[in-house]
Amino acid sequence: MSVSNIASANLGLMEAESESLSSSFYDDYAVRNFTIMAVVWGVVGMMMGIIIASQLAFPALNFDTAWFSFGRLRPLHTNLVVFAFGGCTLLGTSFYIVQRTGQTRLRFPLLSRIVFWGYQAIILAAIISLPLGYTSGKEYAELEWPIDVLLLIIWLMYAAVFFGTVAARKMKHIYVANWFYGAFIIVIAILHLVNSMEVPAELMKSYSAYAGVQDAMIQWWYGHNVVGFFLTAGFLGMMYYFVPKQAGRPVYSYRLSIVHFWGLIFTYMWAGSHHLHYTALPDWTQSVGMVLSLILLAPSWGGMINGMMTMSGAWHKLRDDPILRFMIVSLSFYGMSTFEGPMMAIKTVNALSHYTDWTIGHVHSGALGWVGFIAMGSIYYLVPRLYSQTQMYSKKAIELHFWLATIGIVLYIVAMWISGVAEGLMWRAMNDDGTLTYTFVEAVKATHPFYVLRLIGGLLYLSGTCIMLWNVLKTASMGRHALAKIPSTSVHA
Amino acid sequence: MSDFTSGFWSYYISFIVIGGIVGCLVLLMVTSKVKPMSDTDNTTGHVYDEDIVEMNNPLPRWWMWLFILTCIFGVFYLIAFPGLGTNKGLLGWSEVKQYENEVADTNKRLAPIYAKFTAMKPEDVAHDAKAMAIGERLFMNNCAQCHGSDAHGSKGFPNLTDHDWLHGGSPEKIKETITLGRHGMMPPMQAAVGDQDDVKNVANYVLSLSNSPHDAARAALGKEKFVVCAACHGADGKGNQDIGSANLTDNIWLHGFGEAAIIERINLGKENIMPAQGERLTPEQIHVLASYVWSFSNVPNSQKSYD
Repeated sequence: MSVSNIASANLGLMEAESESLSSSFYDDYAVRNFTIMAVVWGVVGMMMGIIIASQLAFPALNFDTAWFSFGRLRPLHTNLVVFAFGGCTLLGTSFYIVQRTGQTRLRFPLLSRIVFWGYQAIILAAIISLPLGYTSGKEYAELEWPIDVLLLIIWLMYAAVFFGTVAARKMKHIYVANWFYGAFIIVIAILHLVNSMEVPAELMKSYSAYAGVQDAMIQWWYGHNVVGFFLTAGFLGMMYYFVPKQAGRPVYSYRLSIVHFWGLIFTYMWAGSHHLHYTALPDWTQSVGMVLSLILLAPSWGGMINGMMTMSGAWHKLRDDPILRFMIVSLSFYGMSTFEGPMMAIKTVNALSHYTDWTIGHVHSGALGWVGFIAMGSIYYLVPRLYSQTQMYSKKAIELHFWLATIGIVLYIVAMWISGVAEGLMWRAMNDDGTLTYTFVEAVKATHPFYVLRLIGGLLYLSGTCIMLWNVLKTASMGRHALAKIPSTSVHA
Repeated sequence: MSDFTSGFWSYYISFIVIGGIVGCLVLLMVTSKVKPMSDTDNTTGHVYDEDIVEMNNPLPRWWMWLFILTCIFGVFYLIAFPGLGTNKGLLGWSEVKQYENEVADTNKRLAPIYAKFTAMKPEDVAHDAKAMAIGERLFMNNCAQCHGSDAHGSKGFPNLTDHDWLHGGSPEKIKETITLGRHGMMPPMQAAVGDQDDVKNVANYVLSLSNSPHDAARAALGKEKFVVCAACHGADGKGNQDIGSANLTDNIWLHGFGEAAIIERINLGKENIMPAQGERLTPEQIHVLASYVWSFSNVPNSQKSYD
C-alpha cells in the first residue's frame, strides 16, 4: 500500500466504512498519525542533535552562518525531541490508552483531528522560526508569542478530548495511567500559561512579564516541571499501560502507584530552584528546592519499582522479546537518572556539576534512556495493532535498534560524565597565588575528545531510530488501518 | 534585606513546605495500612482493557525507609539552614557569608605570598622570576580573554607588547588602567568634518601621517579639515595619552587599517571599554600583574615562552 495510507492526510472522518464512526469502534485517527509522526520527528530531532554535537566538537561546522549556528539549532533540537518526538508519542498514546482503559470511544473526534494538525503546525512553526532567530530566550519555551497562543489553544482542545473521554468511560475507576496523563495535561497547561506571560512588542518579538531573579525562578519552575510532567508523568502513564500489556503481568502494587503519584506531583513542583543554586535566588528558595529534590528520589523510584516488579514472573520473556527489553532498560535508566538528579540537587555536588557537561549527560540519560526507550517500546507495541498486523515487520530490526541505541546511550553518558567532572574540577582548581590553575580554554581543550565520543554515541542512537522508522513504515504500509472494536464492558462493571 | 513584602509570606512558605513533607509521610502511613481490596487474589478487582489487573502488594520496606529518611533529612536541613521563609536556620549559613568567608580565607593565605612583591618597585618585580610566573597566571585568568594568550590583542583589543600606549605605559598608569578600567570614546566626526568627500580627504590625510599609501591630492585637501581632529589627536596627529586618543602617525591600527576603516571611524566614532578589575583582584595582585604587563615592553625576552 502507498505511503499516503500510513498517515492519512484527510481528516479521517470518512476514511473508512461508516461503521468506524459508530460508537462500537475506537477512534484511532489521531493515535495513528501521532504515532507515525513521533518516529519521523524523532529522526529529525535526533539528527539536529547530531548536527549540534558535531558543531561543539568541530566549531567550523557552524559555517559562519547565523541560521545554521549552534545557538539557533540547539533550541530547535530540544523543541523537536521533547515536544515533537516526545509530544507526539504522549498525545498519541494518551488517546489510545484513555479509550482502551475506559472502554469508550474518543470524545470530540473533530477536536482530536484539529489537535493533531494544530500540533504539527506548531512543530513546523518551530522549525521555521527558531533558525530564523525568533526566540523568547527562555529555555524549552523559546517559541515566540503567536506560537505560544496557538499551543495554548491546541492544548486546551487536547484537554477537552482527553478529560471528555475520561468522563465518558464505562468503568467505575480511572486507570492509573490516566492519572499521570491527566496530571501531565493540567500541569503543562499551567506551566505554559504562566511561564509564557510576555508582552508582545511586534509580531515575532515579546518581552517576559517577569524581571530579574523572578524571571529566572519562573523559568526554572517551568523548566524542571517540563522534565517532571512532560517527560516523566506523561511517560509514566505510558509505562503503566504498555508494560503490563507487553509483559502480560498485573501491575505490581496499586497502593504504591497512589503514594508515588501524589508524592511526585507535590515534590516536583518545588524542585525547580535547584537549577539556580548559588545565584541571586534567595537562600531559602534554594534550600527548599534542594530538600524537595532529595525527597523526590523515593516517589520517582516508586514508579520504577512498580514497573520493574510488574515484570516479575515474566523475566524469561526478556530473552526473546526486544520490545519488553526496551521497557525494562528504560525503567533502569529512569531509576538511575532519578537517583542522579537528587544527588546533583545537593548544593555541594551542584557546586561541582553546575554549568558542566555532567548536566547534559544527566539530561540525556533521562531523555535517551527513560523517555526514548519507553516511547520506542510503546510505539513498537502500538504500530502493529494500529495497522492490523500481528507483529512488527522485522523483529531482527528491533533487536538491532535496541543494541545500537543502548550502546549509544552508554557512550553518550560516559563521555559527558568524564568531560563534566573534568570541567568542574578544572574550573575550580586553584594555585597558591590565588589564580586558577587552568584557563578556560584549557578546560575546553580537555573536553574535546569526549565531545567526539558523545557524537559517536549520538550517531549510534540516531541510526537505531532510523532503523525504527524504516521498520514502522514497512509495518504500516503492509497493513491497513485497523478498526478496533470496543469490547463489551458488562463483565467488568 | 528581606525577600518578602510582608511577614505573611514567611508563614505561608513554612506552612506549605512542612505541610507537604508531613503530607508525604501521612500518605505513606495510610497507604501502608490499606488492606487488599479483594481478599481472593490480592488484586484491586479492577480490570482494564480486558486484561490489565492491579495487584495491591505492600509497599517495599526499604523503599518506605528511603522515603522516610529523605523526609527526616529534609526537616533537619530546614532547621539548620535558611529555608522556612525568613527563618535563618540554626547554623546561620548564607551563600553570601560562605562567599565572603572563602574570599577572606584565601586572601589571608595569599597575603604572605604577595607581601614580598608589594614592598618591591614594579621595575624590580618585573625581573623576579617567581613574581612573573604569578603575573603570567593572573594574566591568563583575567586578561587573555581579550588581549590574547600572547598579549598581542586583536582588532579592538590593544596589543600590550608593541610599546604603543593609549593611556600610558608607566607601571603607575598600567595599574590605573587595570584597577579602574578604561573607556575610550571618539565621537562621530562626520558633521564637523563636512560632506563625505571631506571625510575621504581627511582619511587620506590621516593615512599620510604614517606614510601609508594614500591619495596625495586628497590628503592635501584633507589637511585643513584635520583641525577638528587635532583637538584630541594633536596638530601632529601623535595623540594624547591623558585623554586616551590614538597616535595616528604610527602603523598601529586598533580598529582597522585603510581608507574605508578610517572613514567608518570618522563617520561613526568609536566607543571601546576595558572593564575595571579592581573589584576582582587585590591591590597586591594588581601590583604584580601591572609589573608583568610592563615587562612586555621593557624587559627583553620577558615573553620567552610565547616568542
